[in-house]
Amino acid sequence: MNRITGALRSPVVFSVLAGVVIGALFLLGTGADPVTAYGAVLTGSLGTDGIGSTLSTGTSVLGLALALAIPLRAGLINLGGDGQMVLGGMAAAVTGLYVPLPAPLATVAAVLAGMAAGAGYAALAALCENHLGVPLLVSSLLLSYPAVSFASYLARYPLKEPGSSLPQTRQLPEGVALPAFGDSTVTAGLVLVALAAAAYWFADRRTAIGYEIRMTGLNARFSAYAGVERRGLTLRLLAVSGALAGLVGAVGVLSFPYRFLDGALTAPGYTWTGLTAALLAGAAPVGTVVASFFFAVLQVGGLSMERTTEVPRELTQVLQAVVIVFLAARLRFPARWFNRQKEAV
Amino acid sequence: MFFDSDLLMSALRALTPILLAALGGALCERAGVFNIGLEGMMLLGCFTSVATSWFTGSPWLGVLAAALASAAYSLVLAVGAVTLRGDAVVLGIAMNLLAVGLTSFLLRTVFGVQGTFDDPTLAGLPLVGGFSPLAYLAWAAVAAAAVLLSRHVWGLRLRGVGEAPDAAATLGVSPARYQYGAVLVSGVLCGLAGAQLALGNVTLFSENMTAGRGWIAVVAVMLGRAAPLGVLLAALLFGLAEAAGFRLQGLGLPQQATDAAPYVVTLGALFLTTARRRRRTRPTGVAS
Repeated sequence: MNRITGALRSPVVFSVLAGVVIGALFLLGTGADPVTAYGAVLTGSLGTDGIGSTLSTGTSVLGLALALAIPLRAGLINLGGDGQMVLGGMAAAVTGLYVPLPAPLATVAAVLAGMAAGAGYAALAALCENHLGVPLLVSSLLLSYPAVSFASYLARYPLKEPGSSLPQTRQLPEGVALPAFGDSTVTAGLVLVALAAAAYWFADRRTAIGYEIRMTGLNARFSAYAGVERRGLTLRLLAVSGALAGLVGAVGVLSFPYRFLDGALTAPGYTWTGLTAALLAGAAPVGTVVASFFFAVLQVGGLSMERTTEVPRELTQVLQAVVIVFLAARLRFPARWFNRQKEAV
Repeated sequence: MFFDSDLLMSALRALTPILLAALGGALCERAGVFNIGLEGMMLLGCFTSVATSWFTGSPWLGVLAAALASAAYSLVLAVGAVTLRGDAVVLGIAMNLLAVGLTSFLLRTVFGVQGTFDDPTLAGLPLVGGFSPLAYLAWAAVAAAAVLLSRHVWGLRLRGVGEAPDAAATLGVSPARYQYGAVLVSGVLCGLAGAQLALGNVTLFSENMTAGRGWIAVVAVMLGRAAPLGVLLAALLFGLAEAAGFRLQGLGLPQQATDAAPYVVTLGALFLTTARRRRRTRPTGVAS
């Protein structure tokens, strides 16, 4: 019993439960049965039909969650994931289409180009904070819009597939793609993102730089006093963050439909889902992986909930945000509720 | 001619929603609450105004409902950041996300459509002398906020609360009360901004139609140093960029370039002002 009340007083558990309860109220409000609807979320995302989709969505969510978690660990918020991801995707598409290399090498080059583009663009936001005094939160977000517009322009005009009515580039040459697992939509991108998560865990737990990052997040002034050079740290963390966002873009282009399609990377809202996951986990490595998987389940399961109960899948977006609102407000069951219960027992 | 009175008129129309939201943000900033939930409060105002105008046939009730709904929504920030001392930045981001999800969800459950709700019978705000009445209200609000903050005892107390909450508390001024007030007023102003966007600038609701304007308002607060007149100038800059973008589109530039223009101009202005401010402060030897 004590363990249960203890878990309920943990803000994370409480926030998730509160989100689920408020979601259930919404479901009741639209006349749906919450048990059926949540059941559909779980079977639709974890059943044999949905698990592949959950893992490929999870790849993107985890990639962007890591991209946001790594700087967040040091108290820096990168809101420019969309722009960095889209530029990464565009760089990968251009490399895959125009670099005269054998297919496997072209694939590697495309991944690296995507990461480099994302890293470079995120570093630009870091330079804005370091040298121009524009807060990172604002510079990264504002830089995101022109990047998305620029990639959209490229996909609609100079790089548009001739004769197509869609705003998309030509399809990548045969073989320039990440290997997929069987017939699924899950690609080696999942392995790359999982490796990134493992590297983050290792750096966070076992290395001096990981310690410096955490210390900066806990107390920036003390870590500066202890000799952590903040500007350099900001620049490096943002470059890593942008590289991961760019990686997600490259993975998106090097998987089905094997081209850059305008809006395909940004429409699912991976950046915001990733941010939500990173915040929920407090940017801790293992927690970020778990939270990303949780939100991927919600996002994919929302579609099957929509099919079975006709409740719009946007409900899962509401649920995600409610979780973070509660968490940010640090709401939890007040301690005295439980003390009173204990006395009654 | 590129710069003419038409351009100025369309700039003035484009700036109204930004100005209303940014004034709310400036009041919060002065009271010591960082409000980056402006985008979400505006978006909720957009939806509420359209839904109410559609069901009642009166855009005025739409404006009223938007103000009330956004004010109620702003309580999330007030309770979370002021009473529970949660992280205002995370709360603001979460409120923006919640508003996107909530309005898309309601769009589908209430109107049964996805993307955009657009109907010829939806009543928009009338124009008076080329502007919606809310535009005049926005200008009046700038003047009112300027007088309030510099001349009135409430404004002075509000600033005191933002600058030195403990000192204000020892003088018997309740910081929480002033902060709640500032957040609630910002909710009302964001609701009006949303109504202006959805019933004034256009007459429709579409998913995520604020499209970063709330963030531009946050930047306008920084650019204008949270002063009403400064915020007005910053919003005017954004309005000019948006209007010039439309003009350029008419001259054959692709839509993507004009979409990006306001953000680029805003960022550029932010660079220039912060860089100048830094150079000016450097000789005093204040550690950066």
